[in-house]
Amino acid sequence: MTMTLTINGAEHRVDAEPDTPLLYVLRDDLGLNGAKYGCGLGQCGACTVHVDGRPVFSCLTPVAAVQGRRVTTVEGLGSPGNLGPLQQAFEQEQAAQCGYCIAGMIMRAQALLDRGGPISDADIRNHMQTNLCRCGTHMRILRAVRRAVDATGARTSSLEAKP
Amino acid sequence: MTRSLDTLSRRSFLSTGLTAGALVVGFSMVPRAFAQLAGGGEGGPGPKVVAPNLPGSLKSAPMLDSWIRIDANGAVTVFTGKVELGQGIKTALIQVAAEELDVPPARVTLVTADTARTPDEGLTAGSHSMQDSGTAILNAAANVRMLLARKAAESWGVAEDAVTTTGDGRLAGPGGRSAPYGEVAAALSLHVEAVPDAPRRDPAQYRTMGRDLPRVDIPAKLAGGAAYIQDMRLPGMLHARVVRGPSVGTRLEPLAIAEVAAMPGVVTVVQDGSFVAIVAEREWTAVKALRRIQTAKAVRSAPPLPNGGVVEALKALPSRDIVIQDGPDTPATPAHTVKARYTRPWLSHGSIGPSCSLALFQDGKLTVWTHSQGTFDVRRVAAQLVGLPEEDVHAIHVEGAGCYGQNGADDVSADAALIARHVPGRPIRLQWMREQEFGWEPLGPGMVTELEASLGPDKRIAAWRHEVWSNPHNNRPVGAGGVLAGGEIPNPFPVPEGKPIPMPEGDGSRNSVPLYDLPNLHVVYHFLKDMPIRVSALRSLGAHLNVFSIESMFDELAKAGGIDPLDLRLAHMVDERGRDVIATVAERFGWRGRPRPDGRRGCGLAFARYKNLGAYCAVAMEVEVERETGRIRVRRAVAAVDCGQAASPDGVRNQVEGGIVQSISWTSREAMSFDAERRTGFDWSAYPILRFKDVPDSVAVHVMDRPGQPFLGTAEAAQGPAAAALANAVADATGVRLRDMPLSPERVRAAVGVI
Repeated sequence: MTMTLTINGAEHRVDAEPDTPLLYVLRDDLGLNGAKYGCGLGQCGACTVHVDGRPVFSCLTPVAAVQGRRVTTVEGLGSPGNLGPLQQAFEQEQAAQCGYCIAGMIMRAQALLDRGGPISDADIRNHMQTNLCRCGTHMRILRAVRRAVDATGARTSSLEAKP
Repeated sequence: MTRSLDTLSRRSFLSTGLTAGALVVGFSMVPRAFAQLAGGGEGGPGPKVVAPNLPGSLKSAPMLDSWIRIDANGAVTVFTGKVELGQGIKTALIQVAAEELDVPPARVTLVTADTARTPDEGLTAGSHSMQDSGTAILNAAANVRMLLARKAAESWGVAEDAVTTTGDGRLAGPGGRSAPYGEVAAALSLHVEAVPDAPRRDPAQYRTMGRDLPRVDIPAKLAGGAAYIQDMRLPGMLHARVVRGPSVGTRLEPLAIAEVAAMPGVVTVVQDGSFVAIVAEREWTAVKALRRIQTAKAVRSAPPLPNGGVVEALKALPSRDIVIQDGPDTPATPAHTVKARYTRPWLSHGSIGPSCSLALFQDGKLTVWTHSQGTFDVRRVAAQLVGLPEEDVHAIHVEGAGCYGQNGADDVSADAALIARHVPGRPIRLQWMREQEFGWEPLGPGMVTELEASLGPDKRIAAWRHEVWSNPHNNRPVGAGGVLAGGEIPNPFPVPEGKPIPMPEGDGSRNSVPLYDLPNLHVVYHFLKDMPIRVSALRSLGAHLNVFSIESMFDELAKAGGIDPLDLRLAHMVDERGRDVIATVAERFGWRGRPRPDGRRGCGLAFARYKNLGAYCAVAMEVEVERETGRIRVRRAVAAVDCGQAASPDGVRNQVEGGIVQSISWTSREAMSFDAERRTGFDWSAYPILRFKDVPDSVAVHVMDRPGQPFLGTAEAAQGPAAAALANAVADATGVRLRDMPLSPERVRAAVGVI
């Protein structure tokens, strides 16, 4: 079945079975590396992308369901040579070890930034709860998100920030 | 369509006089004397030592051009047999090379393990990469800089010591003479053996080492660059999925092979004995075909799994008792004696990305792309498995998700090689599914220790006995018998018998000898060669439980004797660098002024020098125990680490921070579960690991400044100390000592109750 998808602002025509998870279409048909296969079960978040601005598990989302909707992957936030603001925060904090989870972490965190309003440290932890990291890079990931939040001026007071 | 197995040349290769059995025996008879030189004694015997007087891996690859090439334009290429696992080794090695060559790091390109291009440095394991490869590159670079200066001096007709380097890839001499490296190197052969005493740069003048260079691999990882083996797409590539039962020791029956082979988009179903794999044009087709086949019934094909917990399972196995330390004994009059048993269950590596490999068989030659920690072993295994001479197999490392030991990486590479051998001319990409990684990878071994220790009336430790029961942790494949596919093909390769790694590195015995100065010290390793559960190396091997046990016992004795745990440790630590890290962590944590236990809040500390020869690491933690739920919240963790000269201090911090968080996860919630037939932890709900809400409020790592000191392996140093610091803090908070991992909410709640 031929479908038209809007990925990172550009239209793509792909020919895939409608039940194919968006993840496989992004990776295999469109050559986008950001979303990763981690579990196929929506338990780890390595495949996280945005659909119409909301974070979704691309491993569980049939490609047919995103026709006519806006899909954003980590490639849509910047490139290795021209990192976007949140990616820069991860760079500055050196917030990766193996990094296999990181594209998913960034997409998850971007949804929080996009939500706007005051964001406490506890908000960040709660929001990131869906995503797994095995290297133990959590502290740096939290710092990177904090740094990006601060850059937008959305920090809450330290009293409110207690988890 | 299906393909049969007999068309392969494996049999003809084996019929040349080598039988499967003979090959395996041949491997097992190789002397292991040099095992400690590469990868911490894991894997095979390691590369042959040809220059024992040279430092690091120069011992096995002494020629300078094995390590460094300088092009006429001044570009520097450095070759290492070690690989990037997310530990930041690429950046650290670039810093080492840049420093001793005295060039900007951006000038250096690093090539990691590739059987056609780099030295064989054995496994990237055991926190050995800086010791093996860092030391080799450091000294090779010093040799090259010396030869460049000598050549320039010759051509300028000046004394060698009048030539200096300027840090920008140029040589400078008297009277304003100057020449770029590329120009001098063009007149110089680096195909010469290193000398052991090439002058090294003065640490006070370091420009690159000891500084926090941003890691070279991170930008691609943040923005969807091609960073992983999973991201490789070769022209004409096919997607494969391997068919296995739900966990080791099971198979599926009946297999709907004809039905699956007829599915549109399925190219072939490879069958080779009981090895079965689906090959399809599209990845999702392969997955759907696999899901169809997996509706079959699972049948246990191996002997039953052991009953009961880790103690019952291990103590039922025949033991070879290895005496590691046997006194000397001196008379002692103990005032307090504590006996305790500590246990750890089987743990999963829990890689976030299931293992993946690519392979291509073309024109009689096989290429395998692998994220294994042993690229050269992948070549050995694949050659034996598919029946090709080693020179016709090329293995190339490409980074995967973090592995933390032997996960499915070696197995999936062998699987991919076997599939490719059946489907010539088309590159094969095979990725395991999530449940296959959990179900089939070797687990970190379950372990048991029993300790008995006494405190004298002088409040000094009077006697110490440590016994440890463990399966071998080193079942790294060095031949086809070590991988799953090797046991599935016709005339299967036997699984090699497990062997202990000798001390001082050790495997189940790793860190079983306390670094403290203790009288009447006895250490016994009950080595259990029979493995009812598939196991192999998990980060830090036996050090996780051994250090947990030793450092828990220190606190148990301290409590019995009414001594501060810090004082008891310092009173028995003679090693100055050990004292330094313990004192540093105590100061940075504020140990003397720490909050006193109130039933919920408490503090603990722990220390070890990894393998008693790697990095020194001390960890202190403050925890809050929610008695109603049993949840342990780590409010803060502070660590001090001495790894000798730190090439990249932030890289060290990242590793130790990660080690602490990972060890908290292992120690406080992880255990592979089993029923009578199989592993039952097959996804992240059945094998939960730490999530964001449960990581510490803060983690601070202090890297000791040790300019010019030899590199000491760091990456695994925190696993044991972090585990023990956690248990000690919980005991401090609640007054209840928990000795069985995991210190799960259920266990904590049951043990401490509500006040």
